[in-house]
Amino acid sequence: MVRYFTRLRVRRVYKWDGTPSSFDRKLKTYFFDSLNISVEGQPGMTTVTPGQYVLIEGDNEDNPFVAKLLKFFGDESNQQKKALVQWFVRVCEVPHNKKKLLGRSPHPQEVFYYLGHTCDNEIDAESILNTVQVQYVPVDAPFPEPGIKDTLYVKLSWDTKTFKDLDPALMQDTPVPASTPPRLKPASPCSPPAAALVSLGSVGRKMPTPDPMVMRRAGSVSRTRGPVSASKAGNNEAESVHSAAKLSASKTLSTKRRGSSGVTPGVRKKLQLSIGDSPEKIMSRKDGLCELLDEEVDSEKALVTKLNSSPRSLHHGYSLSPVRSDHRPPNSLGGYPLKPTSIMLDRLSPTALGEQDFSRATTPSRRKDSAMTAREPSLGVLAEEDSESSPMQLVVTSSRSKRKSAQLVASRIRKQLNLMGDAQELHSDDGDDDCFTPSKKDLHHSSEEDLEDEEVSKSEETAGKTTRGRLRRASTTPARTPRKPPSKKATPSTPRTPRTPRHATPSIPSRTLPARKPGNVLEEARARLHVSSVPESLPCREQEFQDIYNFVESKVMDGTGGCMYISGVPGTGKTATVHEVIRCLQHASDMDEIPTFRFVEINGMKMTDPHQAYVQILQKLTDQKATADHAAALLEKMFSNPAPKKETTVLLVDELDLLWTRKQNVMYNLFDWPTRRHARLVVLTIANTMDLPERIMINRVASRLGLTRMSFQPYSFKQLQQIITSRLNKVKAFEEDALQLVSRKVAALSGDARRCLDICRRATEICEHSAPQPSSTGLVGMSHVMEALDEMFSSSYITAIRCASVQEQLFLRAVLAEFRRLGLEEATFQQVFVQHRALCRVEGLQPLSVSEGLAVCQRLGACRLLLLEASRLDVLQRVRLNVSQDDVLYALKADRA
Amino acid sequence: ILRQRFCHQRLPEKPMGIESQHKHLLELLRRTAVHGESNSVLIVGPRGSGKTMLLKCVLRDLLEVKDVNKNVLQVHLNGLLQTDDRIALKEITRQLNLENVVGDKVFGSFAENLAFLLEALKKGDRSSSRPVLFILDEFDLFAHHKNQTLLYNLLDVSQSAQAPVAVIGLTCRLDVLELLEKRVKSRFSHRQIHLLSSLSFRQYLDNVILQLSLPPDFADAKFFEEWNDSIKVLCKDKSVVDVLEKHYNSSKDFRSLHLLLVKEFFKNILQHNSSYNLCSFIPGLSVLELCLIIAMKHLSDIYEGEPFNFQMVHNEFKKFLQRKSQSIYNFDKPVVMKAFEHLQQLELIKSVDGSTGKIHKEYQLMKLMLDHNQIMEALQKYPQCPTDVKQWALSAFG
Repeated sequence: MVRYFTRLRVRRVYKWDGTPSSFDRKLKTYFFDSLNISVEGQPGMTTVTPGQYVLIEGDNEDNPFVAKLLKFFGDESNQQKKALVQWFVRVCEVPHNKKKLLGRSPHPQEVFYYLGHTCDNEIDAESILNTVQVQYVPVDAPFPEPGIKDTLYVKLSWDTKTFKDLDPALMQDTPVPASTPPRLKPASPCSPPAAALVSLGSVGRKMPTPDPMVMRRAGSVSRTRGPVSASKAGNNEAESVHSAAKLSASKTLSTKRRGSSGVTPGVRKKLQLSIGDSPEKIMSRKDGLCELLDEEVDSEKALVTKLNSSPRSLHHGYSLSPVRSDHRPPNSLGGYPLKPTSIMLDRLSPTALGEQDFSRATTPSRRKDSAMTAREPSLGVLAEEDSESSPMQLVVTSSRSKRKSAQLVASRIRKQLNLMGDAQELHSDDGDDDCFTPSKKDLHHSSEEDLEDEEVSKSEETAGKTTRGRLRRASTTPARTPRKPPSKKATPSTPRTPRTPRHATPSIPSRTLPARKPGNVLEEARARLHVSSVPESLPCREQEFQDIYNFVESKVMDGTGGCMYISGVPGTGKTATVHEVIRCLQHASDMDEIPTFRFVEINGMKMTDPHQAYVQILQKLTDQKATADHAAALLEKMFSNPAPKKETTVLLVDELDLLWTRKQNVMYNLFDWPTRRHARLVVLTIANTMDLPERIMINRVASRLGLTRMSFQPYSFKQLQQIITSRLNKVKAFEEDALQLVSRKVAALSGDARRCLDICRRATEICEHSAPQPSSTGLVGMSHVMEALDEMFSSSYITAIRCASVQEQLFLRAVLAEFRRLGLEEATFQQVFVQHRALCRVEGLQPLSVSEGLAVCQRLGACRLLLLEASRLDVLQRVRLNVSQDDVLYALKADRA
Repeated sequence: ILRQRFCHQRLPEKPMGIESQHKHLLELLRRTAVHGESNSVLIVGPRGSGKTMLLKCVLRDLLEVKDVNKNVLQVHLNGLLQTDDRIALKEITRQLNLENVVGDKVFGSFAENLAFLLEALKKGDRSSSRPVLFILDEFDLFAHHKNQTLLYNLLDVSQSAQAPVAVIGLTCRLDVLELLEKRVKSRFSHRQIHLLSSLSFRQYLDNVILQLSLPPDFADAKFFEEWNDSIKVLCKDKSVVDVLEKHYNSSKDFRSLHLLLVKEFFKNILQHNSSYNLCSFIPGLSVLELCLIIAMKHLSDIYEGEPFNFQMVHNEFKKFLQRKSQSIYNFDKPVVMKAFEHLQQLELIKSVDGSTGKIHKEYQLMKLMLDHNQIMEALQKYPQCPTDVKQWALSAFG
């Protein structure tokens, strides 16, 4: 995508082009036909007319809004320029949760026809940035090659709830002029593949069998056109535009021809008649060209089969160009400048069709393939005409050919382009006869009109008029099959730039075996008790749930912003509740009860630095990557600027206290955005401490947070019991008493539901291991729960002391004795060691040396039974007990007993 | 074989004395590997109590189970090596062989790596992705990382419906849970496996025999029998039992036992393993220095462990000289000063406060790093110690 933000610095001048075409008395508005946009400092001028697709300035610089202009109007004083538009939605504007409705990964340049009614269709005309090309793509067809810049593809419509297949008629209904020549009209795209094929206006209706060839051909046409226009964007020369326009026009023409020729010659003739061409002329010219073209086809085929026939193709290129230059002048005189090429294509089609006939006998899938192969020679011909697309296609045809030959081909094409340019100039000079206006642009316009009068729809004409080397409209060819061009297939073999590791899709390699399903009741219970398993409902948090739900719902309904602070000790279900709320709300919005919204979640713990919050929010909102500063600026802009269509964003900030910085600017921004008028942002923050706003936030931050607070109390034992029961959900694995014991115990200590569930899980394990015991009924009983509780809660110090070696125990006793002697809780090793020796003598053990004593001391220190100073201090290091003296005494006494 | 057993830490066939823990851990990991259940566990035990041995045994047994082998990813981290989250993250991505690894190097910034890893773990779900075992050696050191981000995220993954992981921490600190932040702690499952050897001396001795005896499939059958018999005899020997008992008393650490046994068998010296001693310095000192030490000892006796300075020591020394009036020990003050500095270099005495640039050397406060008994012991060993010096040392107040 072109980055548009550079243009923000450029002032644009908007002017109505021409006089008001109509005037609405009631509304006192003038309607205009087109709008001229000229950018200061640049000579070019862009004219926008209704029916075109435009980019509209939005809150996101890199991805401006896309819309189709319907009408222009201004008020009487001509102060305000307004436009009626039909919106298109970009992928990144679709809420994340809805993306999965798409059922596939969206194309980066895909847009969706917007059917919702929440957005204002009337925009300020001065927010139009530029025109853009939007192509309709049938639903079941793949996207064209992504290399085409500045072109967006539309496949589906989006009505804020679901994706629907887009009725191509919607895309079609540009202001159609009275004279409707045979025009490409698509069948309904949702019907099976056959129906998606092209039928040719009046002629096409008569076509008895669907013709995939035509479709494909049309696809290739549209595809080739894309690069043409793109390249033209680069050089604004009128000639090249001209040629491009003509090329595409001729191609559509030829497509039709080919389609018709596939049916009946009679129809074909009719078509030709309707085109307004004199058939005799064509025929004669055709005859004249026949041999040359056959030669060409042959050489192209040779190119396909013999991949390295570069000298030949070179020669061929030259041989073609004389033909062109020879035939151009007469053609242009006749006003049908590109007839040769079109006929060329025309000639080709029979061969292609012949091959296709052969393939038709086989299965449809096979047919496609063979059609592909049939197409390749013709593609080669197209390549001859179309300098831009040909490199790709030739690479395709010589899919594994060496780079060298590809380069040769490219150089050949370049030469050909030059020749063509010459021819075009020639033609344009000649065209002066036909056309009235002297300027080259208008010349081009008029000659284009000539063509279009014959064949193409009005919209094509407008496109031709307004391209000006900028953008190409493609609405005229709705039937293109953007099946991925073969070059796509060739890419793996061609040395493209390797994928940067940054864009690698992160994933854990999938396991080779499926996870086993839980077998018995206990395992089932354990699976249910795991914290990760999502419960059907959240018991005991109904009140909180309701409060948060109401808060968010009201904000979403009103389209306003707000903050909420949720606090509570760990494991009280804060995050779970908020997620549940969001789930309910999303469900409600799916049911159309409330407007849609987007949900973004960040976690303070899951980022390395508070400023990363911006990056993550931006990434989740728009899929962009940016540095922290840039992201902050973008978000700032997004939330402070008004935008015509904007959904409410619900932002959940978990572990808020981690976002604390010295200047607190991250928190400040987070709480400041919701207060903006156009932000439509709801911020829910979660942290552990109740008084966080008072404790660490400076005043301006705290005041912005507002007074909406909620605190989650630790669970009481009844609630815990209820939670477990609801989780188990009638899986009978626990005895009532056991459950009660667990919940009482946990409630007394922390009220942490996670802990509670963990204990229960452990208890089931213990139960499982002791299953053979006759006493147990297979249920988790009191004894198991007791064991689990002991394991989890009992301090390990006492057992550790009991298991310590004799000398370690003696040393601990020496420490105690020394403490008693000093009356302090601290002693140096030297002092303790004296005591230790004395005790050794009492116990009848051989006294240790100092170094051994130190080793003993260090071991105790490593277990943190003792707290030691740095060992550098040697015998003088101070020793403290990390356990209470009573514990030590108890352990030692029990040991001796 | 023995050398291999002791030096290369070959895993024993089956863990001794910790069967229940072994079973527990194996069961836990098996569930992660097979059922895709996320877990977290801490293995706590003093140094040398076989934490790593246990884990390795369990992993070995786990991998022997069919199907598990190809299914499990292991990530080994050590708190001493991965000193902060950044390095640890890189190491994780490297060991998991994720896509952003190019040739053993990990690219991307810290934040990107974290987001990437979390994304990767989030992608997986219970049934489809391969379980990952995170083994955090020196778990307590991870708790010192800033914000404990890594631990939070790992444990959070283990508590939510993401890719199945098992977080196994190894530590020797009993109070490791108190190091965790409360929200990190809440996410930890509070499973701890304590490894505390409670062997009696009898078991200890049996263990020694077991460790020393050759395996029955030894090449030379005759030698094998002889060897094992002699080992049994050896273990009945009084002196050996004494040494072992002493060692047992001081620690139940198997690793040091191994070291001891290695020493015994390859040097054939039944020597006390605590040969290193500060006392061994003393016989190498000059008489003058010895005198100074004695003077210091007296001083610390008088002042009950208060620090002293050179001037005080010198005075004390002079007092002694005056009393004995033997001129052999009559040194100049600079010479005494030199000897004093030498002692300081040997770290037999140490200055009390670190920064002593300003204070004059003679008035720097010092402390004696030796114990009474050590001094006495050393005096006994000192060759040709002048009797009056000995007497002075023994006398209560010089």
